[in-house]
Amino acid sequence: MLFEEDQLSATRRTLSASSRIMRRLHLDGPLLACVGVVIIYGLFVLYSATGQNFGQWANQLERLGLALFTLLILAQIPPAWLKRLTPVIYGLGVLLLIAVALVGTSSKGAQRWLNLGLFRFQPSEMMKLGVPMMCAWYLRERPLPPSVRDLLTLGVIVLVPTALIAKQPDLGTAILIAAAGFSVIFLAGLSIWVLVSGIAVTGAAVPVAWHFMHDYQKQRIITFLDPSRDALGAGYHTIQSQIAIGSGGLFGKGWTHGSQAQLEFLPERSTDFIFAVIGEELGFLGQMLLLLLYLLVIARILYMASEAQDTYARLMCGSLGLTFFVYAFVNTGMVSGILPVVGVPLPLVSYGGTSMVTLLAGFGILMSLYRHRKLVGS
Amino acid sequence: MKKTFKKSKDNDGSAVFRFRSHLLLVVMVFGAVGLLGRAGYLQFINRDHLVDEGNKRFVRNIPMPAHRGNIVDRFHEPLAVSTPVDTVWMNPSIFKKSVEQHPEQMQSLARALNRDPEWLARRVTANLDSSYLPLEKQLQPEDAERVKALKIPGVNLRRGYRRYYPAAEVTGHVLGFTGSEDQGQEGLELEYEQLLGGEDGIKRVLQDRMGEVVDSIEVVRPPRSGEEIVSSIDLRIQYLAYRELKSAIRDDQARAGSVIVLDVQTGEILAMVNQPSFNPNDRSALDVSAFRNRAALDLFEPGSTMKPFVAAAALASGKYNSESRIDTSPGFFMIGNASIKDHENEGVIDIATILAKSSNVGISRIALSLDKALIYNTMAGVGFGRLTPTGFPGEAAGILPHYEHWHDSMTAHLAFGYNLSVTALQLAQAYSTIATMGIRRPLTFRKVEGPVAGERVLPEAVCRELIHMMEAVTVAGGTATRAAIRGYRVSGKTGTALKAGPGGYSQTRFTALFAGMVPATNPRLVAVVVIDDPTGLHQGGQVSAPVFSSVLSGALRLMAIPPDDLEHVPAATLVQAVAGP
Repeated sequence: MLFEEDQLSATRRTLSASSRIMRRLHLDGPLLACVGVVIIYGLFVLYSATGQNFGQWANQLERLGLALFTLLILAQIPPAWLKRLTPVIYGLGVLLLIAVALVGTSSKGAQRWLNLGLFRFQPSEMMKLGVPMMCAWYLRERPLPPSVRDLLTLGVIVLVPTALIAKQPDLGTAILIAAAGFSVIFLAGLSIWVLVSGIAVTGAAVPVAWHFMHDYQKQRIITFLDPSRDALGAGYHTIQSQIAIGSGGLFGKGWTHGSQAQLEFLPERSTDFIFAVIGEELGFLGQMLLLLLYLLVIARILYMASEAQDTYARLMCGSLGLTFFVYAFVNTGMVSGILPVVGVPLPLVSYGGTSMVTLLAGFGILMSLYRHRKLVGS
Repeated sequence: MKKTFKKSKDNDGSAVFRFRSHLLLVVMVFGAVGLLGRAGYLQFINRDHLVDEGNKRFVRNIPMPAHRGNIVDRFHEPLAVSTPVDTVWMNPSIFKKSVEQHPEQMQSLARALNRDPEWLARRVTANLDSSYLPLEKQLQPEDAERVKALKIPGVNLRRGYRRYYPAAEVTGHVLGFTGSEDQGQEGLELEYEQLLGGEDGIKRVLQDRMGEVVDSIEVVRPPRSGEEIVSSIDLRIQYLAYRELKSAIRDDQARAGSVIVLDVQTGEILAMVNQPSFNPNDRSALDVSAFRNRAALDLFEPGSTMKPFVAAAALASGKYNSESRIDTSPGFFMIGNASIKDHENEGVIDIATILAKSSNVGISRIALSLDKALIYNTMAGVGFGRLTPTGFPGEAAGILPHYEHWHDSMTAHLAFGYNLSVTALQLAQAYSTIATMGIRRPLTFRKVEGPVAGERVLPEAVCRELIHMMEAVTVAGGTATRAAIRGYRVSGKTGTALKAGPGGYSQTRFTALFAGMVPATNPRLVAVVVIDDPTGLHQGGQVSAPVFSSVLSGALRLMAIPPDDLEHVPAATLVQAVAGP
């Protein structure tokens, strides 16, 4: 008995020691744990989705290291600095987007990259954090809910980078950035009536937007409405991913045993369409597990937001949680065929460094805001 | 340890925030449930349809090549056999991707193929657009297995069969050959394609998007191997005929030539050879004209070898018999603008002498005295002017003009083999009809068991008399003493036809012929020898008759056909002939 009690207290000591380290590093244990589980699950799926290509898998591990390092650094920056830097980051982002439009590098018909010699940089990625930060910064000392004037200003803050990115063209990122900015406004207490009329206006604007869309964007929407119209062309992605998911069943065909994925019939299997690999190989349960993990991450973020002590922190945290959901929902929705195909990766799972770094940077900011709270009393 | 946070102000929106974030969480849970609902719809309700659609994408039915039937000679000696070979092929883009990560694969593949790595690299780079690049065709399965064992992505094997002809040039024309898809292209390979080819099987396999076979699921239908064709050819006689013809062509510096040997009782073709010949195992550097099976395809004017058929008509008419005398003096006569000549004035002679001396004047006089229809029917009855029943691909039918179009000059010339065209095969068929005492049996390239039914086209007595008359050709005083075979009585006829060309008949180019049968008392074998355009000696009796003699003397021995003329054989050689080699 004595022995067992000893062991128990030892365990307790280890736990409290690790929580002390966490606090010292301004990290949030529960969030890190949830995110960690998603990432490990993602790596497990990715190994299969790359066709058991160890090289690609190790690549991803390398990028994950970089992303974790970014998280660690950002978590150390005091919120006051973050607030002060926000307009600078946003302003720089807009300038870089303009630069991309003027001198950017094209890839696959879209001009998204700035070639900085050593590496190519995608300013739109930076704006995924820059826009909600700017919105939160703008509202930080204003009375809530925001006035009409404030809403108009916020509209400009959101729409300028969104328009620049949509023009590149990168519809997926533009939607995500608009959603991030909008989520701040929504959480700040945007009147429901304004929201409803906004939706009505957007609906009316669809034909106008259609007119300005690129052919490939129109094609995607047409194809979304009827994938079989162009089964070998634009509809191929949607049809193949639905076939992959559908052939999985409850338990799936088993890890590395998905015929659509392994035989390369599923396009973009390790990047945007990796959710279909989960559906085919790990089945309904595998997909459910991932969605559950995502909800846990979001719930923790929203809890952290509700604990925030000022408007900036609260709005920023809330927006990050909401954006994360939009990421996940848009990707899984398009892969399952309930949303049109837009180039959005599955958060924390898809192969690729950019999205991983951006997400973990966001979590770094989140942890900084949460851990730097002023605690009163003891 | 109790923690309390600084109380927030009321107008900072924290209450609204809390409500809205809870609202959002609920919306998100609904969203997640919606997604799961969609997944469930795909995975449970729409599943069968989607699984089916999926299978369409990676399950493929691919053919399994059937083993082509062998062709063997009448004693089951192999003439054409199929051995399995593998083609090594690659998908260049997959291979290139793999080589980028493992550069040593280029070296090891090149080594396994016995090629220069640079050659390989060039071929890969030049064919990146293609998804099927054959690297090495017709590789022995052991060698191909070594390539497969390297397990290089994009490199695959394809099983096929290679046709091999053990007798090479000797049987080239009879057998023909197969094309790259293992389909008969010429000769018996083409004629019996249906039987030899069998039926390809079907195998169901898993293929990836690049079309590479990943796994084999099941055999839907096993391949049905082709049947074996037992041909009528006797490889020993075929060899003999080939050798004798080849040396004759060389010695006489002739352009081309053919020999056919028939079994009289069954209509089977025991040997059929031509010069020039070709090696069907390696057709890469050959002149296509060498592929011609001249014995069945080439037409010529048969010259004096036609005379026996006019003689047969004469005997059958009742106007003539073996005693009948025909005046051939003065050795020529004019008909229309043409003059018909003999070598010398033979005077008043009987039919046997007309044949033995090959008198054009004599046979023309007989023909002019006969009913045209009778001559025509005799010639058509033995098979001239239409295809033989062999069905040999590309065979020529020749031309026998209908008797209504015959004028006297034409009748006279037809009597000694001009104004019609025949093939060596038809000539052999016609002589074998005489040899069977008037029954025409269908010629065939397949081995025949038992007696073969035929159609009587000439009276037996006429044939018996004719055979006896034609023996005079090969004995002293005849035109073809060199056709004689020791121990056997030989009946036959020479022919030396002027070759027609642009601007009329050449006076210096000939077709030298001999057609005959042995043993004359009860013919078993018929042979036709055609030598096209010999230089120097050009008479059928000088050029073709010796080939006939050497081929058939060998064939008689090989077939153990008893001699019918022991009187003229010296005692010492007799022992040898009876005992056999």
